[in-house]
Amino acid sequence: MKNIKKILGVCWLLLAPVIIYMLVHGAVTHIDPAGNKDINNPVIWIIIILIFTPVAIGLMIFGIYALKGEYDKLPGKSEDFE
Amino acid sequence: MHHFQHDGLSFWQLVRMNSSSSRGIRSVIAAASVGTLIEWYDFYIFGMLAKTISTQFFPEGNATAALLSTLAIFAAGFIVRPFGALVFGRLGDLIGRKYTFLLTLVLMGGSTFLIGLVPGYKTIGIAAPLLVLLLRLLQGLALGGEYGGAATYVAEHAPAGKRGYYTSWIQTTATLGLFVALGIIMLVKLNMSDTAFNAEWGGWRYPFWISILLVGVSVYIRLRMQESPLFSKLKAEGKTSANPLKESFRHKANFKMVLLALFGAAMGQGVIWYTGQFYAQSFLETKCNIGFEQSRTIMLWGIAFATPFFLFFGWLSDKAGRKWIMLAGMLLGILTYRPIFNYFLQATDSKSWLAEEETAAMPPVVKMEAVKNSTDSVVLTTTSFSLADGRKYTAIKSDTLRVTSAFLVPGKTILTDKEVATGTYWKFVGLVFLLIVYVTMVYGPIAAFLVELFPTRIRYTSMSLPYHIGNGVFGGLVPFIGLLLTTTYPADPLVGLWYPIGIASLCFIIGAVYLSNKIDENVDD
Repeated sequence: MKNIKKILGVCWLLLAPVIIYMLVHGAVTHIDPAGNKDINNPVIWIIIILIFTPVAIGLMIFGIYALKGEYDKLPGKSEDFE
Repeated sequence: MHHFQHDGLSFWQLVRMNSSSSRGIRSVIAAASVGTLIEWYDFYIFGMLAKTISTQFFPEGNATAALLSTLAIFAAGFIVRPFGALVFGRLGDLIGRKYTFLLTLVLMGGSTFLIGLVPGYKTIGIAAPLLVLLLRLLQGLALGGEYGGAATYVAEHAPAGKRGYYTSWIQTTATLGLFVALGIIMLVKLNMSDTAFNAEWGGWRYPFWISILLVGVSVYIRLRMQESPLFSKLKAEGKTSANPLKESFRHKANFKMVLLALFGAAMGQGVIWYTGQFYAQSFLETKCNIGFEQSRTIMLWGIAFATPFFLFFGWLSDKAGRKWIMLAGMLLGILTYRPIFNYFLQATDSKSWLAEEETAAMPPVVKMEAVKNSTDSVVLTTTSFSLADGRKYTAIKSDTLRVTSAFLVPGKTILTDKEVATGTYWKFVGLVFLLIVYVTMVYGPIAAFLVELFPTRIRYTSMSLPYHIGNGVFGGLVPFIGLLLTTTYPADPLVGLWYPIGIASLCFIIGAVYLSNKIDENVDD
C-alpha cells in the first residue's frame, strides 16, 4: 500500500500542471468579446484561473508529500501534529 | 464523555452533565442549524429571484452592470468564500466558536436584508449594482465562516459515539432552507399580481426583508448558548493557538491533512452535492424541456424523500466509519450518473413524442417576426398538444417566409413545457431521490469527518478551507464546466457530466488510498 501511495504521488504531481494548462488553453480558445455565454467572458476565466492555480499547486504539494511517504501513517493525536 | 474525566470534574458535575446532555445537545443542534438554515435561505432566494434581481440591478446592455453582475455571481462564490473561511476560521480559533458564528450570521442575514433595501438601477444608477455587489461579497465572506463554526460547535458538544449523527442535523438545513425560501416566495407571489411582485419596490423584496426576522430569532438562540466546552477548556488552560493560519497551513503535519481533506473528501463531496441538488434541476428544465411546475415538483419530492437519509448516514458513520460511506456515495454517482441522466433524456425525447398521434389542446397561435438585416420574416406557430397517455407539450414551429418568392421554408419544431405522464413522473422522482441519496451519503458524515481530522486549537480554520474549496469552487464549477464541455462536444448531451464524474473519480481514488476509516473517538486534543 505504501508503494501505491508513493507511485500515485507522481500522478498527482504531474496532474497539477496539466490542469493549469487545460484551464489556460480553455480560456484562450473560448474567450470571445462578441460571445454572450459565460465561457466567452474573460472575467470569469480570470477568476477561475486565479482560484484554481493555488488549488493545483496544492495538488502538486499533495503529490510531493505522497511521494515522500508523508501519508504512510496519519496523525491520530494532537502531539502528532507537533 | 471520557475526556471530561480528565478535567478534574467531580462525579456530581459529571452526573449533572449527563442528565442534561440530551436536552442540551438538542439546543446546541438547534442553535447551530438555525444559522445554516438562514445561510441556505439567503442562498436560495438569491437564486430563485435571480431574474428579477438582474432586471432591477443589472440591466442588459450596460457593460459596467454586466461586469458587476459577473463579479457578484462568480467572485462571491469562488474567491471570497474560501477567503471568508480563512478570516472567520482564524477568528473562531482565536476568540471562540460562539462569537464567530454569531458574527457570520449577522453579516450574512444583515447583507441579505440590506440587498432588499437597495433602490433599483432606475433610481440610483450604477450605485445600485455596486451596492449589491458589495453586499454579495460580504455574504460570500460570511458564508465561508458559517458552516465550519456550526459543525465545530455541534461536534465539540457531541459525545464520541454520536458525533456523526448529531452533526448530520446541520446538513438537513440545506433542504429546510430550500422549502422555507420557496414557501415564502410562493406566499408573497400568491398574494399579488406579477406586476406588483416585480416592481422596483415590489413583493420580490419581502423575502429579503424577512431574513432579518430569521436572523433576530437565530441571534437570540445563539446568544443564550455557552461556548464550546472543548474550546473553553483550551482557553482556560491557555493552549489556544496564537496564529491559527500559520499552524494550519505552514506546519507540514497539519497542512498535509488539509490537502488530504480537500482532495480525498471535500472536492468529491462538492461535485456530488451540486450535481444532485442543482444540476439535475437545470438538466430537467433546459435539456429535457420539462415545464417549470413539473420540474420543480419532481425535485421537491425527490429532495423531501431523501432528506432523512442525511441523518441515517450520519448515524451509520458513527458505527461503520465515515470514509467508506462518503466514498460509496461518490462511486454510485460515478457509475450511475450517465444512465440516470440518459433516462431523463430518453423519456422526454422530442422525436419520439412528435412521432406519436397527438391531439391539439387549443388552436395554434401564429406570430410573425422580422429577420434582422433581411426582408424575410420568421413565422412562429405555437400549438399545445396532448398525447393519449396524458403527456402534454407545446410545439413551437419556426418557418421562414421569403418575401421575394412568397415561399414558406419549413423550419425546426422545438418542444417546450413538456409534461410527462404520471408513471414517468414518479420514475423521475425516484431517480432524483437516488441522486439526493448520494448527496446524503457524501454530505451526512462530512462534518464529523472534518472535525475529527484536526486538533481543537486550529480546527475551525483547518476544516473551513477544504470544505469551502470543495463546495464553493469544485461544486460551484459544475454548471460552468458543463457548459464548456457541451460547447466543445455538442454531439453528446451528457458530456457535461464528465466533470463531476472525473472529479468524483479522482477524489474516490485519493480517498480510498490515503484516508483512514478509523473514527477518532477523542476530539479533545
